Amino acid sequence: MSERVVEIISQSFFQILIPGIQVTIPLTIISFALGLLIALFLALVQIANVPVLKQFALVYIWFFRGTPLLVQLFIVFFGLPSLGVVLDAFPAAVITFALNSGAYNAETLRSAILAVPKGQTEAAELVGLTYGQTMRRIILPQAFPIAFPPLFNSLIGMVKDTSLASSITVIELFTKAQQIAARTFEPFVLYLEAAAIYLIFCTVLTLLQKWLEKKMVYRTPESKLTASENKGAGEEK
Amino acid sequence: MLEVKNVYKSFGNNHVLKGIDFKVDKGEVVAVLGPSGSGKTTLLRCISFLERADSGTIDFDEFHYDMADISKKEIHTLRMQMGFVFQNFNLFANKTALANVMEGLVTARHVPKAEAQKRAHEMLTKVGMEDRADYYPAQLSGGQQQRVAIARAIASGPRVVLFDEPTSALDPELTGEVLAVMRNLAEEGTTMVVVTHEMKFAENVANRVVFMEGGNIVEENTAKEFFRNPQKERARQFLQKTIGEA
Repeated sequence: MSERVVEIISQSFFQILIPGIQVTIPLTIISFALGLLIALFLALVQIANVPVLKQFALVYIWFFRGTPLLVQLFIVFFGLPSLGVVLDAFPAAVITFALNSGAYNAETLRSAILAVPKGQTEAAELVGLTYGQTMRRIILPQAFPIAFPPLFNSLIGMVKDTSLASSITVIELFTKAQQIAARTFEPFVLYLEAAAIYLIFCTVLTLLQKWLEKKMVYRTPESKLTASENKGAGEEK
Repeated sequence: MLEVKNVYKSFGNNHVLKGIDFKVDKGEVVAVLGPSGSGKTTLLRCISFLERADSGTIDFDEFHYDMADISKKEIHTLRMQMGFVFQNFNLFANKTALANVMEGLVTARHVPKAEAQKRAHEMLTKVGMEDRADYYPAQLSGGQQQRVAIARAIASGPRVVLFDEPTSALDPELTGEVLAVMRNLAEEGTTMVVVTHEMKFAENVANRVVFMEGGNIVEENTAKEFFRNPQKERARQFLQKTIGEA
């Protein structure tokens, strides 16, 4: 490696990492959290069979899963101003990512809720719980561990999808890499660097997922062993 | 005390209940017997409104409703006075044994937490599960889960407890512990309706037997009479096959 390349890497690494930390990560976290709320709403109105809202959910999911994320970003950022809705780049990106991931995660949550055995709902109703209490106290707590791995999939996917925000002028990790690449004429080095930083972010998330899954393991039937270990008892069953 | 009349229920073209009249008096233990597919479980599920009957009426002490035309609120009112024990336990998988028993008290009946906890401990003691209060359902054997489920069903002091084949999902070794708990409840004067295939239990614990087949009640008799001298030929055959003697 030439000295010049080493110098470019050492100089640019933090220049790329900083917008990664300041923009990519918040963009991901805020969008994902909002998207999760949207997803929960879309899943629940479908499962509770709420008229009108259910149809709305179906159309919503159909649209956001059926059109490219990049096109959605362009519609929100470049398109909406012609209707008088002018958004800054960052909020436009947050809204689009949230709306988009909401559609995908709605299906994840819906399937997780449906995966909780029907007997749980029946038992809850018979001890006198209302539908809302049953959902909140019995079904969702059991659905969440089921939804967790695919939700994390979607979170990791979003970390990388945020690079699309560069196309609507958000200065994030990848935008920065592009700028430096244009200045130094070292696209290969710079884009490898960008890839490496995304990889680091996603590795951290992967480790986080493993750790969190262990934390909630007692809630699942397969966890017999771990759960009794957690009790620290080693007692006779 | 609890009486349903003229209950009809069909699933599509399958007529499962064909005009059932059924009642249970206070303090009585009624065993509902019959071959698979006779409608026993469906009857129990209609009484607890897990299934909606196509027609029929229910009289439950001061409550009188049309079973096909009853509001959610009315169903809730009735259910608050019933306990239900499922074939496959259906303990809340995300809650400990203790929390399972407390749930209906705290969330549905707004019993103060400390009081509910005390009551739940009493119930678990009653079914011999006090030492497993902090265990999750997945950590318990089937028999233990069912005993916790019984504790949950009786915790609120229901006027009647409905049992839907409570031992059918258990291996023979574990049925004994569950039946023992049920026998104790019966001796304490708990009003019980038990759909079961446990002939010995029905004979020794039940006051009355209702024998169903094909969506009809074929014979209703005291438990003693039913097992010693069944009135209907079909009941006689059933007993021969299930008990294997006579």
